[in-house]
Amino acid sequence: MSKYATVIGLEVHIELATASKIFCSCPTEFGKEPNTHVCPVCLGLPGSLPVLNRRVVEFAIKAGLALNCEIPRFAKFDRKNYFYPDLPKAYQISQYDLPLAVSGYLEFALNGETKRVGITRVHIEEDAGKLVHGDFADYSLADYNRTGVPLIEIVSEPDLRSPEEAKAYLEKLKSVIQYTGISDVKMEEGSLRCDANVSIMPAGSKEFGTRSEIKNMNSFKAVQRGLVYEVDRQKEVLEAGGKVVQETRRWDEHKGITFSMRSKEEAHDYRYFPDPDLVPIIVEHDWVEEIRQSLPEMPDARRTRYVSEWGLPEYDAAVITASKAMSDFFEATLAEYHDAKAVANSLMGEILKYLNAHGIEIHQTRLTPSHLAELLKLQTDGTISGKIAKTVFEEMFSSGKKPAEIVKEQGLVQISDKDAIAAIVEQVITDNPKSVEDFKAGTEKAIGFLVGQVMKISKGRANPEMVNQLLREKLR
Amino acid sequence: MLEECTVAEALKLLGKKEISALELTEAALHRVEAVDERIKAFVTVTRNEALATAALVDAKRLSGEEMPPLAGIPMALKDNMCTKGVLTTCSSKILDNFKPPYDATVVELLRDAGTVLLGKTNLDEFAMGSSTENSALFTTRNPWDVERVPGGSSGGSAAAVAADEVCFALGSDTGGSIRQPAAFCGVVGLKPTYGRVSRYGLIAFASSLDQIGPFTKDIWDCALVMNAIAGYDSRDTTSVPLASPDYTAQLLGGVKGLRIGVPKEYFAAGIDRDVRNAVQKALNVLVALGAEAEEISLPHTDYGIPVYYLIAPAEASSNLARYDGVQYGYRAEADNLLEMYKKTRSQGFGSEVKRRIMLGTYALSSGYYDAYYLKALKVRTLIKQDFDEAFKKFDLILTPTAPSTAFPVGTVEDPLTMYLNDICTIPVNLAGLPALSMPCGFVNNLPVGLQLIGKPFAEATILQAAYAYEQHSGLAKKKPVLSGKGVPKDE
Ligand SMILES: [Zn+2]
Repeated sequence: MSKYATVIGLEVHIELATASKIFCSCPTEFGKEPNTHVCPVCLGLPGSLPVLNRRVVEFAIKAGLALNCEIPRFAKFDRKNYFYPDLPKAYQISQYDLPLAVSGYLEFALNGETKRVGITRVHIEEDAGKLVHGDFADYSLADYNRTGVPLIEIVSEPDLRSPEEAKAYLEKLKSVIQYTGISDVKMEEGSLRCDANVSIMPAGSKEFGTRSEIKNMNSFKAVQRGLVYEVDRQKEVLEAGGKVVQETRRWDEHKGITFSMRSKEEAHDYRYFPDPDLVPIIVEHDWVEEIRQSLPEMPDARRTRYVSEWGLPEYDAAVITASKAMSDFFEATLAEYHDAKAVANSLMGEILKYLNAHGIEIHQTRLTPSHLAELLKLQTDGTISGKIAKTVFEEMFSSGKKPAEIVKEQGLVQISDKDAIAAIVEQVITDNPKSVEDFKAGTEKAIGFLVGQVMKISKGRANPEMVNQLLREKLR
Repeated sequence: MLEECTVAEALKLLGKKEISALELTEAALHRVEAVDERIKAFVTVTRNEALATAALVDAKRLSGEEMPPLAGIPMALKDNMCTKGVLTTCSSKILDNFKPPYDATVVELLRDAGTVLLGKTNLDEFAMGSSTENSALFTTRNPWDVERVPGGSSGGSAAAVAADEVCFALGSDTGGSIRQPAAFCGVVGLKPTYGRVSRYGLIAFASSLDQIGPFTKDIWDCALVMNAIAGYDSRDTTSVPLASPDYTAQLLGGVKGLRIGVPKEYFAAGIDRDVRNAVQKALNVLVALGAEAEEISLPHTDYGIPVYYLIAPAEASSNLARYDGVQYGYRAEADNLLEMYKKTRSQGFGSEVKRRIMLGTYALSSGYYDAYYLKALKVRTLIKQDFDEAFKKFDLILTPTAPSTAFPVGTVEDPLTMYLNDICTIPVNLAGLPALSMPCGFVNNLPVGLQLIGKPFAEATILQAAYAYEQHSGLAKKKPVLSGKGVPKDE
């Protein structure tokens, strides 16, 4: 048992996938020429006024409901005041004391146990712009395309007890948000950002230690590394008889350290106050119910169903439901092919391997559920072997062709003709007298080599079961 | 004299084809040339654009097209309303060379109504002040006495109308900025109900208090202009989705049976005796015309100024934070970002604006928020409740508009004394109510303003009573004599 207990709370910003910005009708689309998706409102020009995009509220409520939150009837906007060139009004429109969703929770599994973390609140706010610094220039350029892109901030209770838990929480949060369809949730592309509040206290203590806030952790891995570093740093400070000070620290990915950005004394006074340009949001109960009805089945419910309905092992069900795209693909395949476990094996085997290698999601490949079902049928009816199936997969991913077509084009149909296989078997026995001798002398594994030789000559197409059987018959 | 026409008179002449829009605009431009050197109402005169617009109106008239309601009427805008491609200064150095890429909603509405924009008028910087002396450009003069202030902050618009430089003008009113200069310049000024006129494109001072309204030569014109600018705007979510009536429809209704509350707090010691007398006389007229009057109390009146000077600067401190030298306007030379911010804002803002930004920043600061800003919001509610209570019994509330007549330029140096100018007008903004100022007499040849306050969205009731009084008093016809006095001293 460690001498210290770790206390972590996360603040996660997620960019919402609405077509237009939060307070104007500019598109949210990325990658365009700088300052082309702007208007007087998102540029904060004098005299302009914000008009709330109702879709943003709907999305935030959706997130709140997916995180088991209460949706208060009354919410409002507040201004968070600070100066920075990427913030054209010099205040960010956010929500301070009356957010859209409060008092929820998120459950995730870690090391076989289920952990529940409280969700303090979910609120909406506008994103800032982007500054572009030239390497040798004595100026910076501002791109306001991103200004006014809608964000939700999800604040957890300080319920997380290790960096590992923090990572598991984030992964589950990503999965849940992905299911709701309100965001792409790609941390690497900046549509999910995470700040952490970290403190440590003597094991068994009830009083939290002084916390530091860690910023700039830009991947799930960075979050875990940053937190591990910070927890260790705080331990060292305490062990050396020092005191942890309340401050904001920045994670440096290259150096693998956190360093102080500003102390408590230097902390900004954001002077929050209600935004007089926006009327309060009255959230009608009926609307909340309508949104609740529109929520898809969440990962936990799906996981349970996969176990009870399809008889999948817990582990398989968890892996497949972690990604909505994967889970949807699984269900669509099952509509055309009966064996859930076989589909799960394909998804968790060849397919996941391919996705991980390419860093993409299943819907970004050319593979379709119909094609997977067809491939599995070809295996079941003996047209191709499992080994051949791997070759077909590769071709399916790259060309998007139907498996039957690939099998036909490349002549991959399994050889189940007894005479044809027998001919090859004869040849292999003749060519490998040493292995034949070994087998007859009782070295069982020698048969493996002989089978391999038959498969090699048949270019993998010989029915492996028949090869095995015929070899044993001939060598008896 | 063409330039002396009211909107209604000019429309009649245009309608009968006795004059052209071009003649009317030329007369107005000629008047500006003749008197604005002394009045200094205009920051920008859009001469060429005005002539082009007027010519276009005439071309349409000749072709027999149906004309919009205010076709060919020359007007001016307070220079805190955004005009596409036309310099918009807020009378501040910090908006140096700022030409908005868009029009304010009222500007669009007035264009659709066929008006001719003659130019932009002077104001106290960012509408903060009661005399236009806080303009970073120059001080506007009162047409009744060019040694005196026109009031503020919409002093330029008030003076331009009073001096017959335009048929009407728009101003904005946050704590009295339409009504007090209307009173000082002897014209009609209406602050509509908060939410009645779109604020989109009005450069914000204090968003929860700002409201655009007209300056006109008489009440009928005020109704005509309201018809053009009132209404819901989807670009301003604080504007109210209520249909606005034809404001001329009720004008002839008279005051018989109208119940008028007269709050004693507005006739207290701080109010000039002559002003009180003039207002009392106006009340007597209304009663003689059939209105019922009764003294009432609005007990939280005294808190109006302190509450206003917490809420308005708090909002302003945030609204004006965007003037940081980054995107547009004035930017000071500096070696780094922080220094650029500091220098730009120190050099770009005038002292009254800086005073209010500091006041507001302080009121919103952590540790002071509850004691100042939040408390002020609560008292604001009490002030509003005073009015709600009174309006259960009364249709209108009658008060002086300002505690005195126009004072000489340069004589009020203490900001607190200056703030007291708005003692009668501020509570109305805090309560979001409509109120109008109109001339009700003269003291030493300087106009006195009468304020009529109405229920929310009851501008028509105010105009009805005002029209009845105006018909009786005949004061709308009284004009300042601009020939006598010379050019004001150099500033
Ligand atoms: Zn925009």
